[in-house]
Amino acid sequence: MADKESPLHHFELHPIIDIHLGGLDLSINKAIIAMWIGMAVVYGLFMVVGKNGASMIPGKLQSMLEMSLEFIKGMVKEFIGDEGMKYFNFVGTLFFFILCCNLIGLIPGSYTITSQLVVTGTFAVIIFVMTLIIGISKHGGHFFSILVPPGVPKIMIPVMVPIEIISMLARPISLSVRLFANMTAGHTVLAVLFGLGLSAPMWIGWLPLGFTVIINGLEIAIAVIQAYIFTTLTCVYIGDVIKLH
Amino acid sequence: MDATSAAYIGMGLCAAGFFGAAIGIAYIFAKTIETVGRQPNAEARVAKYCWIGFALVEAIALYALVIAFIIMP
Repeated sequence: MADKESPLHHFELHPIIDIHLGGLDLSINKAIIAMWIGMAVVYGLFMVVGKNGASMIPGKLQSMLEMSLEFIKGMVKEFIGDEGMKYFNFVGTLFFFILCCNLIGLIPGSYTITSQLVVTGTFAVIIFVMTLIIGISKHGGHFFSILVPPGVPKIMIPVMVPIEIISMLARPISLSVRLFANMTAGHTVLAVLFGLGLSAPMWIGWLPLGFTVIINGLEIAIAVIQAYIFTTLTCVYIGDVIKLH
Repeated sequence: MDATSAAYIGMGLCAAGFFGAAIGIAYIFAKTIETVGRQPNAEARVAKYCWIGFALVEAIALYALVIAFIIMP
């Protein structure tokens, strides 16, 4: 299955520059370069264009950046509340970084780092640990009342607590697998369609190639929606531990 | 039947997971259209939750895809 024809072939990573420190493999590969480009795009857009180059009369790019920041601000206000503005920087950075990485992956020849479970898993675990720290530092021992939903009769508590613990632990898994699976699936579908288009005879081969255009449009929408979902759920999880139901 | 062909059959069976997601997505959009039809000025608010629900349901179908990758020989 690992031959050249497999639609999963383009997810394989090969080191461009080999770096081995001790037992660690720190080789530079396509994924790392794509991540650096993503960071550079986010930094360049917001620091160079949005902050230092900002003018009183905003141009097209600056208004777009300001509108998108307002959008994130509304999202944070809606799901966390007014005290959530502390986390606005984190949520905004998360959204634009994931969005840039998703969109960079759609450029032919580049790499989608969010199609690696290790990247999305790291995001999700950081968010999970962060919500625990926020909840415990804000509510202390009272934080563990999050495990008992309101209005539950006392006799049901021994049943509900394990269910709530499992649902808490399932959050980082579903958060990471959702983004990873969406990106992987989209790129696999594109690879399969391109493979069909290239291997089919000329009189029918235009059909799958035409579909790749439509699927590419869908993928752009999916990239934006998934970045939005990821940050929305982050806000919901942070809001959960701040409000405790 | 050897283990490899059984794994391929299992990967094919994973496609059955799309059935549930298809019903879910159909429900979401049907209800959204119905709601917008009843109250057209609520469209912006309803559409937001519609897209969140769409992405959540679609992700469940993709869990089936992940399982297919896991059992891929």
